[in-house]
Formats: sequence, structure tokens, C-alpha cells
Amino acid sequence: MNFTLHIWRQKNTQSDGSFVSYKISDIDSDTSFLEMLDQLNEELIEKGEDCVVFDYDCREGICGTCSLVINGHPHGEKKATTTCQLYMRDYANQRELWIEPWRAKSFPIVKDLAVKREAFDRIIQSGGYISVSVGSAPEANSQLVNKDDADCAFDSATCIGCGACVAVCPNASASLFVAAKINHFERLPQGKIESKKRAERMINQMEEEGFGSCSNHRHCETVCPKEISVSNIAAMNNLL
Amino acid sequence: MQKFNSNVPTGPLENRWEKHKFDLALIAPQNRKKYNVIVIGTGLAGASLCATLGEAGYNVQSFCYNDSPRRAHSIAAQGGVNASKNYQNDGDSTWRLFYDTIKGGDFRARESNIYRLAQLSCNIIDQAVSQGVPFAREYSGYLANRSFGGTQVSRTFYARGQTGQQLLLGAYSSMSKEIASGRVKHKSRCEMLEVILIDGKARGIVVRDLTTGEISSHTADCVVMCTGGYSNAYYLSTNAKGCNTSATWRAHKNGAYFANPSFTQIHPTCVPPTGDSQSKLTLMSESLRNDGRIWAPKNKRDCDKSPSDIAEEDRDYFLERMYPAFANLVPRDIASRALKDICDEGRGIGSVVNNQRLGVYLDFSSVIQKMGADKVKEKYGNLFDMYKSITGENPYEVPMKIYPAPHYTMGGLWVDYNLMTTIDGLFACGESNFSDHGANRLGASALMQGLADGYFVAPQTVANYLARGQFKEVNNDHPEVLAAIDSVKSRIESLMNAPDPQHSPDYFHRKIGNILWTSCGMARDKDSLKSAIASIEKLKSDFWQKIKVTGVDKDFNQTLEKAGRVADFIELGHLMCVDALDREESCGAHARLEYLAESGDAMRDDENFGYVAAWEFSEDKPLLHKEQLDFEFIKPTYRDYK
Repeated sequence: MNFTLHIWRQKNTQSDGSFVSYKISDIDSDTSFLEMLDQLNEELIEKGEDCVVFDYDCREGICGTCSLVINGHPHGEKKATTTCQLYMRDYANQRELWIEPWRAKSFPIVKDLAVKREAFDRIIQSGGYISVSVGSAPEANSQLVNKDDADCAFDSATCIGCGACVAVCPNASASLFVAAKINHFERLPQGKIESKKRAERMINQMEEEGFGSCSNHRHCETVCPKEISVSNIAAMNNLL
Repeated sequence: MQKFNSNVPTGPLENRWEKHKFDLALIAPQNRKKYNVIVIGTGLAGASLCATLGEAGYNVQSFCYNDSPRRAHSIAAQGGVNASKNYQNDGDSTWRLFYDTIKGGDFRARESNIYRLAQLSCNIIDQAVSQGVPFAREYSGYLANRSFGGTQVSRTFYARGQTGQQLLLGAYSSMSKEIASGRVKHKSRCEMLEVILIDGKARGIVVRDLTTGEISSHTADCVVMCTGGYSNAYYLSTNAKGCNTSATWRAHKNGAYFANPSFTQIHPTCVPPTGDSQSKLTLMSESLRNDGRIWAPKNKRDCDKSPSDIAEEDRDYFLERMYPAFANLVPRDIASRALKDICDEGRGIGSVVNNQRLGVYLDFSSVIQKMGADKVKEKYGNLFDMYKSITGENPYEVPMKIYPAPHYTMGGLWVDYNLMTTIDGLFACGESNFSDHGANRLGASALMQGLADGYFVAPQTVANYLARGQFKEVNNDHPEVLAAIDSVKSRIESLMNAPDPQHSPDYFHRKIGNILWTSCGMARDKDSLKSAIASIEKLKSDFWQKIKVTGVDKDFNQTLEKAGRVADFIELGHLMCVDALDREESCGAHARLEYLAESGDAMRDDENFGYVAAWEFSEDKPLLHKEQLDFEFIKPTYRDYK
């Protein structure tokens, strides 16, 4: 398979970026999307050029590091996948690929396709935890949790913190990310106690970081690789 | 340097950790803020340690190479975490978890450490539940358990297929609370490249900011490495791409002994590689072997046929044939070796990689027929979906293809009972140390060890070290600090300016991976190890002559990052082969072809090799120190799976 790639190249946060076009050929259909970029980088090294920087780590869809907008779609068009889970066979009918970083004021571009997502860490630091210290935990089965609640908590807890929800949102809102964490704890008896305070703090922090508000576009749940539902946002709003 | 002494307490096994804790020195709460600890890595061990030390009141500086502490590779663990709660009333106990772990490790680990691990396992579950880790539950509201990895009791706690992620997010959230409190100061996208030793004690580290290329020194009263394992030495493994040995290897080159480097676990059920561009392998949960039947064609001429065109009588259900009692459920190492042998015979199936078909079938057709597709979907749906998304093939219709892949490294920095390396003030926790899994790790015990070290063991032993020492402040212009910075800078300069730059870091990474996979993988022998050692020596000198790194060093440069890691993998690969050559026995995952029973089982030689091999770095030839393993409480037996 042969492709023309238009890749966003940007030297650093301060500089302007632009698309640079590359041709890549002889790509096997079982090659993953990121392996295709690896191959491009190998060719760039061959030519003595600086490689394209892009974020990745586990390459199995769980660490949340990878973050590309491909032909306008965060993590590509395929449902419930991260960028690292895309294969070139998924692009059999496309010959031109436009590859960009997440675009949001709160996720500044570090270089090329890599962005800084520390705003998410700071939101968690503002209240995304249960205040329990090591050693003070009671016997695990001393507090029973309704299975439906535990399952719902799990569904919210599967967020991998990739930021696709922000990248796709016209308001660059982090509501789905924040709501998923709030709801994960709210569903559990051990987390419920701090729920209100937690929600206030995390939402304040989200605003302080410059993320927008939710205006019900619902694009976030469509691109979420873990299919986290927007009903989390409704549940969060009910807490306020 | 600390003496090479395991510092294992004496007395009844059950009381050793309690007694030891009592003997450890304490620091009063109001004084703790005067002490500084550096923690490198934010996986289960690192994040849980940062949280615990922060809560206790120490000043912690934490570093990770990822862009967020939440992304460490602990996150990818699927199966679960063991604890001897005995909630299922099926005869589990601390003693049984201890016994299973030591036997699973083929009697190449310390009794005292493992007993402590088994004791702490229950506290881990309590801690995780109160942090909000959403473990699977029964309709009654009680925690659910399953049996995992062939154990006879149900002691594994799990959160669907994401136990590692949920436990790590628990530890990360507690750590975040401490970052907010100011007691933990964290820096992401930083890679540790050197240890700073002052008067023989670890007093700091040198890191490179991966986004700017800036080199900086950070000093403290002691240093804890929680930097994971080195499966990526094989190039293709189930580890995340960034996992590396650089931190542990820097420690080793500064005097920390490296223990049992050749003990690496190769997991049988992974999605096979499909071509040269493959960058990593994905593990499919071991639970698939409960119902799937593994087979290969009897005849080589059938290997390129579609499986549905191969008649039942032309299929070789080789594990069922070779191990009638355990069949498809034989332990990981035995299954992996059998798969490799079949492919080496030329009976593999699937894509041709390096002139060989690498794969066998894992077939669910008979169980689909028996149970119905719906039942199978209920049990394995998410795994089947994952397989389909990777391969594009539907496992409900076509048998899965599997092949073994490096997955976990039991070897690591040698540590004493306090998790301190042979360098005073340098600790190692989680997969980065060698301590608890012997020659083979059992399923669902990696998460247990990382968290036991981070939440419960290291916080006590680090405090003891701090309480007993005196720490003069170290300035950033101390000669040893400047020397460490210089050594990092000159190494980077050599990587950037090789005399004859020709090949990328990945080129060399594939080379070392290939050598290790062939000679120090699932099956090892003297001749092949000797030739591997010679090849690696040549590869090392080639590397420094011909490594080609483009871009500049004072920048976000992933090529440079990779080059530094590959350089360390090459040196570690050498030590892995030296260790495998020295150990003239088979034990656990270390299978020396000269010392295998006819059945394929490992033949241990307790008399001559009942030791931990702790290697001291030397430019000429690694020096071997032996820690003899005494079994006071259980009698070593042989594994037999016929």
C-alpha cells in the first residue's frame, strides 16, 4: 500500500507549525498505524532528517499515551479504539492521510504531534481521589457494594485519560474526563462521602485550566476509545 | 558499599516481618519533613511508594518518562492480583500462597521474602478497595474471585480485563493527593540517566528532560528505583515501547549487583508477529487455554492451507499428546517451549517471518459446538474482540493463532530483605528487583509484589535507613554531582556523533533482540550462548561506531532516547547470556537443553546451583557472587506435569 501523509510539524510550543507532505510506499496491510509512522521515521533517519515526534507507549490501547487526529478524527474513524489499535488495512480506500495533534488551548503542542496533558493530572490532584491513607483501610469485605453500582463505577473508571474528548469538542471541554472520575467515586459507598466537594474542586480546576463548558454536542462519547457515556456528565451536573 | 548480606531475620517464619519491623528504626512524624527521597518510576511500586511516603510526611521527588504518572506499563496487566483472603473457603492461606509462589518459582527465591509477600497480599486488597478500585463483585455485594494460572484455589481479585489499570489508577490517585499537598514533587517526561554516589551512598540522580534535552541533577538522602523490567531487551515483547533497563543498568554500572538476569518469562499466548515492521506483541489472557485447544498440522505440506481444509486426523494436538494429564493447561514455560519446537520443526502456521512460520492454532470450534457461541462470547467476548481488532480475523469462525512472547523479567537488581541494593541508600522495588519470583513468576503475582513493596515494605525500610544515617547536604556543585552530569553529557555526545553513522537505534535493537530471542529465550544451550556472547561483543562495538541519531540533543528527540536505551540493552543482553551460561541446570523459565528431562521438564541441580547469581559489574568480565538459598521450612520438590 502507498500513502501520501500530510503531517503537522511544529518545532516547539512557541513556534508556528505547518503540514509537511511525505510519500510512503510498500506498507503491509497488517502494519499498525503507528508502525507505519515508525517506518517513515526510519526513512527520515536514513535521509539524515529529524524524526516526527509522536506519543505512544503500550501500543495495546490502555495507557492513553497515543493521540493523533487522522483525517479530522481523534484516534481515527474506527469506534472504540485508540490510535495504536488502528491498522493500515483500515485505510485501504484512503490514499491521503492528514495527521495532526490534539488541538486545544489547554493541551499545548510540545513538538510535532505531541501535546502536554498535565492539565488532566492537575484536575485529578484537585480532588480525583478518595482521601484514605495507607494502613487505615478496613477489611475489604466489611463494606458491601451493590453489583450494579460496582459495574457502573467500573464503566466510568475505564477512562484512560487520553484527551480525545477534549480534542473533538468544539468547546475543548474536559467534561467527560472530569465527569467519569467524579462518577466512578460517586457510585461507590467509600467514595460518596467526598462527592460534592470533589465535584466542585475538579470542575473549578477544569475551568482554571482553560477547558470549555459542555454544550451537549456529545461528540466526546463518539470518539471515546473506552465508550464512556455522556450520561456521566448529567450525573455530575446533578451533584452540583 | 553495603555488605553482600541478605539481612533476612531469623526465628519462626510467621513472625519474621513483624519482628523485623519492630527492629527497624523510626522517624517521629514532626521530623519526617527533614528527609528527602527520590523515587524513579510511577508504576504500581513507584506510585504506591510516593503516596505512602508523602502521607507519612517525607519530601518526595518523583520522576517518570511518560507524559503522566498514570501511564506506566503496570496499566496493561489484565488478569488480576492474588491475595490469600480465603473468601471462597477453598483452603487458601498465607502458607499456601507462600508455598505456591516458591514452588512456582522453582525454588530459586528466598523463603522469608515470599512469606512476607503472602502476608501483605490481604492488606493490598483492603487498601485498593478503600481507594475505590472497582473490583468485580457478586450480586450479594461481596468481592468476587477466580482461579488463575492453574492454581487450585480461587484467590485472584480482578477488575474485568483491566486489573492493572484500576490498581494503578488507585495508586496514582493517592499519589496525586500527595502532589496536591506539596509533599510529592513530580516531574513527567524525565528519564534517569545516572546515579550520584557520594562517599559510597546513593545521594541523587541525573535526569534528562525529554522535551527540552536539558540535563539536571537532583539530590536527596536516598534513591528508590521502581523502574520495571527489561523484557524489551528482546525487541519484540508485550512491554510498552518505552520500558527500558537504563535506570537499573546505570545502578549496576555504579556498583549495584544484578541478580539472575537470565530469568525471563516468555508467555505462550500472544498474537504472533506478522512481518518485519512489527513493533510489539500483544498478550492474550492465559484464561483462553482453559477452553481452547492448541494444535498444529501434522504435515508440513498443510502449513499454508486454510485450517478448515486440514482434516481432523491431520491435526496434532501436541500439548494433549505430550502432556496427557495437564494437556493445554501446562505451565507457561512448558507450553511456550513446546510451541517453539513445533515451529522450529517447520510445522508453524501463519505469516512467514525470518523464513519461518511463527504460530500455532488455538481453536475454539469444539467448545463453541459444545457450549454455543453465546456462552463462549459471555466468557471470552472481550478477548475475541481484541484479537479481531488486531488481526482482522474472527476467532468465532477461524481458529486464533498464537506464539510466545517475552512478558516479564524475574531477574533484576539484587536487594536484601530491606529491598536495598548493594549500594547504600539505593533501593529497588517491584519488577526492577529480583526478589520474589525465583525462576518463574505465577500469574497474578506481579501486581501483588509491586504494591506490597510500594505500600508496605519500602516505606518502613527506607525510614529505617534514613533514621540510622546522617546526611550532609549535597550541593549541585559537589564534584561527584558534576562528574555524574559530565558522564551523562559525554555519553549523549557519543550517541549523537558516532564516527561512522549508518544505522538507526531500531536497527540495533532488532539485532540484539534477535540474538537474545534465539540464544537466551525459551531454550538455551552452551554453544549457542557462547556464540551469542561473541556476537553481542561485536554488536556493542558496532553500535558505538555506527549508531545514527538525527536531530539535535537539546530538543525533544525520540531517536536519541531510543539510542541510549538500546546501548544499555546490548550490555544487559551480554550479562543475560553470561548468567544463562553459568547456570548449568534448568529451573523454571531457564531451560538449558542439556539439562531437561525427557518429558521437557526442568531438571534443577540444587546442590550446585541452589543460589541467587548476583553479578558485579566489571569492564573486563562480570564477577559472580552467590547468595546460597536455604530452605528451612519447605522441602524443594520437582515439578512434573506429565
